[in-house]
Amino acid sequence: MGYDCVVCVKQVPDTSNVTGDAMKDDGTVNRAALPAIFNPEDLNALEAALEIRDRFGGTVTAITMGPPGACEVLRECLSRGADRVVLITDRRAAASDTLATSYILSQAVRVLGSYAFVFCGRQAIDGDTAQVGPQMAEKLGVPQVTYFEKLVDLRDRTVRVRRNTGSGWEIVESPVPVLITVLDTANEARPAAVRRLIRYKRSRAPVEIEKEVALAMPEAPEAARAAEFARRVQALKDAGLLITQWSLDDIKADLTWCGLAGSPTKVHRIQSIILTKEGYTEIPPTKEGVRQLVHELIVDHTIG
Amino acid sequence: MIEPNRKGEVWVFAEQEDGSLNEVSLELCGKARELADRLGVKMGAVLAGANVRELSYRLIAHGADRVYHAHDPKLEQYRTMPYARVMCHLIGKYKPQIVLYGATALGRDLAPRIASQMRAGLTADCTDLDLGDHEDKRAGEVHKNLLLQIRPAFGGNIIATIINPQRWPQMATVREGVMRMNDGNPKRSGEIVDERIEFDDLDLVLRIIERHREPRKVNLKGARIIVAGGGGVGSKDNFKLVHELAGVLGGAVGASRAAVDGGYIGKEHQIGQTGTTVRPALYVACGISGAVQHRAGMEESAKIVAINTNKDAPIFSVAHYGVVGDLNKVIPTMIEAIRERGTA
Repeated sequence: MGYDCVVCVKQVPDTSNVTGDAMKDDGTVNRAALPAIFNPEDLNALEAALEIRDRFGGTVTAITMGPPGACEVLRECLSRGADRVVLITDRRAAASDTLATSYILSQAVRVLGSYAFVFCGRQAIDGDTAQVGPQMAEKLGVPQVTYFEKLVDLRDRTVRVRRNTGSGWEIVESPVPVLITVLDTANEARPAAVRRLIRYKRSRAPVEIEKEVALAMPEAPEAARAAEFARRVQALKDAGLLITQWSLDDIKADLTWCGLAGSPTKVHRIQSIILTKEGYTEIPPTKEGVRQLVHELIVDHTIG
Repeated sequence: MIEPNRKGEVWVFAEQEDGSLNEVSLELCGKARELADRLGVKMGAVLAGANVRELSYRLIAHGADRVYHAHDPKLEQYRTMPYARVMCHLIGKYKPQIVLYGATALGRDLAPRIASQMRAGLTADCTDLDLGDHEDKRAGEVHKNLLLQIRPAFGGNIIATIINPQRWPQMATVREGVMRMNDGNPKRSGEIVDERIEFDDLDLVLRIIERHREPRKVNLKGARIIVAGGGGVGSKDNFKLVHELAGVLGGAVGASRAAVDGGYIGKEHQIGQTGTTVRPALYVACGISGAVQHRAGMEESAKIVAINTNKDAPIFSVAHYGVVGDLNKVIPTMIEAIRERGTA
């Protein structure tokens, strides 16, 4: 019967390329100014799921929550081998912290139906919290295995995996369903297959088609646009290229658990760190100079 | 979720493995003690395991007024769900206002599971904690004395201060080595509260088949602070200065190729194109000229301090702070300044 896997993926701003232009005046990050990439460890999560499907049978479904642009990572999942992808997009999900995000994703997993594995990357490079995986596991009421290094055995709906414990490793055994978070050292993500890449380049979610129709027919009456939208959606669906798109209503989410309302943590203050390196502060090699340097490093929380 | 509870204690989750406490838990005891004093409440530690009651006394020496101790053979080896059960049960019972965890592999596995079950906020990897008021302009409310959870975010490019105004306890994981550990006073007195926890079948469904501990390897990738030495350090003996500075900063030791080739330190410490690429919060380059191969491996560090006698050394082109001087004098002065920081 195989093992059905769900993989949670995220499109993230490439935080290794942050410049001053990426900060808005209010101190928040202007994500639009940064290149968007596939969160690195989510690629390892996807690979772990694909390996299970290839060896034991089953399916791989990738889900992401984000703005329409996040379809980019879903297309990448398809070209790397995912069977199905789902975009969860809804303005009411904006400003979700890790708890609200884990609730929304876990609702989506429930709506997908039965599954053996949920795979997540250990953490996303824009937040580095590593919280969404364990929080989803709790919400789904399944065991969690964090810091997955490799699959040791899988039989009779029971899995053995090796996980990193920070001070070594351990092999744990869990029944499925189970949620697993994957380290970047676990595997080497397979590249996209060229034939799949060419095929799935054309896949679209309805929200993208809507935009494309509006761009293509700016002058047309609404009814004509609606008809064209419906035609394109049907054509992609027939070709197996329509990306499933869900709103919070589609996943029967309780809105008090989502977005700002569902997020217990709030941002109190943001300080940006020097983002440009135009010259350096010269510190005289004296006792006073060095003390001043240490003081500055303490004040900006570089050292404790 | 519990309601804001101003009389609630400040708690630390006491992390232990095979009967020895992780130092980060003692570091947190010191910070929690300070926060509890400022709030005028008691400080508690939660200690779970099998036959680890003895460890309570160290927690008390480092500031705990109460140690909530849960003994059960089922808790002998750490597993997420039974430990989460212990914490959720005790949080529900005693309603602490703050709960702190070390941002270790274990703490980062456990705390989010608890936060989810309690529907409480959790901030990961804090580098500082403070107390302060928060004005919610939209609601026209002022929340007094909230835990300010300070952490780098966005790949270390910003410092965010996070709060949980309403859904308590206020929880955070805190990086190892950022809070200073106090010496501990073995004469302090405190109370040990023995707790019995019931587990259900799901809590115990995960089995540990095999465990293997490895001595800590050089972990340059994960280090928040790196002190690196180059050819300018001059000798293996002199390289001790680099180790010493890394020691007081709680950082890892790195090296340039020149230092490795010179035999001052092992190759596993090499940073650069042929070694490890790092992006710590702080990189202190001592006697490193900064060849492009080295810079490629460290120039994305959030803060770079360069110490070199040659003011034209290329390392200064990527530095945020530059000290043109002799590292044999500058490093000892730095060590002294860091050691004195609490008293400044």
